[in-house]
Amino acid sequence: MTEFLQQLVNGLSLGAIYALIALGYTMVYGVLRFINFAHSEVFMVGAMIAWKLGQYLPNGTLWGGLVVLAAAMAGCAVLGVTIERLVYRPLRGTATLNVLITAIGVSLLLQSVFQHPRVFGATPQLFPAVFPSKNFTFGGLAISSNQLVVITVAALLIVVLQLVIFRTRMGRAMRAVALNPSAAQLVGVNLNAVISFTFALGSALAGAGGVLYALNYPSVEPLMGVMPGLKAFVAAVLGGIGSIPGAALGGLILGTIETLVGGSATLSTYKDAIAFAVLIFILLCRPTGLLGRAATEKV
Amino acid sequence: MTAPRLRILTAFALLLAGTAAHAQDTIKVGEIASLTGKEATFGQSSHKGTLLAIEHLNAAGGVLGKRFELVTEDNQSKAGESATAARKLLSRDKAVALLGEVASSRSLEIAPVAQAAKIPMVSPASTNPKVTETGNYIFRVCFIDPFQGTVMAKFALKRGWKKVATLTSVSSAYSVGLGKFFKETYTAGGGTIPAEQKYAEGDKDFHAQLTAIKSAGADAVFVPGYYNEAALISKQARELGLTVPLFGGDGWESSSLLDIGGAAVDGIFFSTHYSPDDAAPVVQNFVKAYKARWGGETPDAMAALGYDSALVLADALKRAGTTDAAKLRDALAATKDFPGVTGKTSIDAQRNATKAAAIFTVKNSKFVFVESIAP
Repeated sequence: MTEFLQQLVNGLSLGAIYALIALGYTMVYGVLRFINFAHSEVFMVGAMIAWKLGQYLPNGTLWGGLVVLAAAMAGCAVLGVTIERLVYRPLRGTATLNVLITAIGVSLLLQSVFQHPRVFGATPQLFPAVFPSKNFTFGGLAISSNQLVVITVAALLIVVLQLVIFRTRMGRAMRAVALNPSAAQLVGVNLNAVISFTFALGSALAGAGGVLYALNYPSVEPLMGVMPGLKAFVAAVLGGIGSIPGAALGGLILGTIETLVGGSATLSTYKDAIAFAVLIFILLCRPTGLLGRAATEKV
Repeated sequence: MTAPRLRILTAFALLLAGTAAHAQDTIKVGEIASLTGKEATFGQSSHKGTLLAIEHLNAAGGVLGKRFELVTEDNQSKAGESATAARKLLSRDKAVALLGEVASSRSLEIAPVAQAAKIPMVSPASTNPKVTETGNYIFRVCFIDPFQGTVMAKFALKRGWKKVATLTSVSSAYSVGLGKFFKETYTAGGGTIPAEQKYAEGDKDFHAQLTAIKSAGADAVFVPGYYNEAALISKQARELGLTVPLFGGDGWESSSLLDIGGAAVDGIFFSTHYSPDDAAPVVQNFVKAYKARWGGETPDAMAALGYDSALVLADALKRAGTTDAAKLRDALAATKDFPGVTGKTSIDAQRNATKAAAIFTVKNSKFVFVESIAP
């Protein structure tokens, strides 16, 4: 029983990170109907910014950690908006496939740029312990402060996101664009501003995900975004792409399944295979994903 | 034939002869290493060692009256790149022999290419038995997994660890091999394995496997993987309150293990090929030369093996007296008691080197020599 609970805690903290990245995929999809494959590299850049900053700030303090987290989120927001402005906007209105392939191009470009020795290099580097770290035990259940930070920050950010989308003017504009971009423009919604805002928000969440991921698995390298990005994409589809609670739920489910399978004696080799098999099964039963609804309330 | 045309032809012939002569001025040796990517510190170390050996050989006048030219290809630690690199070195550069790789998975890509072309290949540090089983042109200057797995099993029994869990990588030939031979010797010696967990290379989350190992109750955990994963595994094990010793093979020896693992890797054990603290003159001269060449860096086992791989090849070339591939192969196979940095190297009938292994531990973030175990 303790082992099961422990695995659940492990799965929850892994799933929380997947959820944060999945939110970015799902938001961009909700508004623009395309998958931003460069998202996993924004995640990586978030970890890199924190890695760089962590070398100058005193490590192991709460305020230092929060500053690093905020800086990484801000940096990623700027990066996301820049990518959208420079690369995706000129292609808006052309076939979705063009934008999709361009997104893969941006992803590879960022990976390669960061592999250059003058930028970062290909060798994994130690990620500094920016948050204070401590291990707690509750009756045989071991929880590290990093896991707690991951779960708390992820939960807080998801709540904030939900408030932004349903309680602010910009959120209402985003929902309007998601429903019908042309009609939204007719009633005076500034399409470019809304899309930029969506990218900023999604990328900031990816940045936070990058920092939290690096905090738990403290080695950073330019290709670190590939696997989590892929898993998060799966989580977004699993939960119903376009749906925000769906992305959060998908992330948690994927993280938990992966951990539970990974901890079993006979199946640990197949943990990725089983996680993806679950995805296929769910999509066969519910093609729109768990919480996805056809064309309503997409954001 | 008119005179001008004859002159042009003569000039052309001379030009051809000129390039041919130029091509034979040097002996081209191909090297494939992971200079970038996941196992970059291994590739960098072995490359620096190899390059140092080539420079020493050239400073001493080369071999057969010719200088060596090392042509290095980077495989970025990626699967699939090494075979392409090997083909490139053989067809474009006409290398007389190939040196590389450190990782067994990637050596297993190069070996079939070298064997098909009948060009000798010398791997500095791939310890999986399958590498040299590819064919009679494939050699190595290090010991193999059965030996390393056996040594660690003997070591575990000697320490009195009755129950050792294993955590192996399914996607690395090296890890699977070490795990297999460890299990054979360890269970034959009376030990039990309460949990056998797996991971895939590139994984960063090991909480699930470690939680299972913790509840299975083990005296120690054998993790035959590479340093990157080993460091993360150590950290996460300590986080989960799994405090038993972790131990592995030569894949752990890297300064990155200490950087990433920090306090969590204190008290781990691993087997490796040589110790820079060895007082033998051949070792001390090498350490001195290496430090002078590479900005004070202390050579690790990969550097020493890279150095030895080039020297063993040069020694064979000297004895063969030619760069002819078949004769070079025979000379390599006849290598006996070559005084390398990593010990007296003899090539056995399976084209593997036989020599002793050194066991190291980590104390206060420093590698400390524990004992030496002979084959």
